[in-house]
Amino acid sequence: MKELVEILAKALVDHPEEVEVKRVEGEKSVILELKVSPEDMGKVIGKQGRIARAIRTVVKAAAAKEGKRVVVEIIQ
Amino acid sequence: MKSIEASGKTVDCAIDKALNKLKKSKDEVEIEVLEEPSKGIFGILGSRLARIRVTIKESPSDIARDFLNEVLSQMKVDVKFETKNTGEYYYLSMSGENLGILIGHRGETLDALQYLTNLAVSRKLAKKVRIVLDVEGYRKKRENTLVNLALRLSERVKKDGKKITLEPMSPYERRIIHTTLQEEKSIYTFSEGEEPYRKVVIAPKNR
Repeated sequence: MKELVEILAKALVDHPEEVEVKRVEGEKSVILELKVSPEDMGKVIGKQGRIARAIRTVVKAAAAKEGKRVVVEIIQ
Repeated sequence: MKSIEASGKTVDCAIDKALNKLKKSKDEVEIEVLEEPSKGIFGILGSRLARIRVTIKESPSDIARDFLNEVLSQMKVDVKFETKNTGEYYYLSMSGENLGILIGHRGETLDALQYLTNLAVSRKLAKKVRIVLDVEGYRKKRENTLVNLALRLSERVKKDGKKITLEPMSPYERRIIHTTLQEEKSIYTFSEGEEPYRKVVIAPKNR
């Protein structure tokens, strides 16, 4: 799931080498913390969060297949 | 990326040779002139042919397919692609087993994948391209459902004289409803609310 977020983010940003995803295990869910270059924040969030929402939808579908709850968080 | 070199008396001549060999048209390739031709002195001494390099451009469907293959392998789904260029957009249809997860509730996963694919391909080509993703005819089926829904609900609005608000839909789906009912004389349609919860309203016209 971590790789999925990386692939999606790297395809959208201008500085793919600065994309980092950290996996944090929660009790019932997994949190994936996505970090990109400050210049690329808009590229993974989008107008009114449209891009972030699309990333979450795709990750949610992949996670559902594995029966997991996954939360994608974009951090500064 | 495939590229070949060719030479000829003139640059155009060399380009024609290369395009014939690759069976491509001029807008499908990138051309680089390696050497300009020169006639030399009296057409003998030091005469030189033009040399060029022609590289086949990656098409938007190829880039989209590469991106989706990477994404879908992470989702552990295996698909076959069929692609079509309609002139207006690139249509990529996927088929395979258990592709329900790629569609999601009312197509929300398919729309999200499509949106991300459009962004990824447009970024890579540095120009805006339009890609439409489909899974085993889902788009057409959904369109038929929406047309039927629009017709059925418009009948009810005409009968009851009261407006009906539909559930939230994507811009593409809302357009299907608007287009289906645009010729109607006694009712009209409009959208209200903010994305992604924007809804179509079918209302009676006041005489």
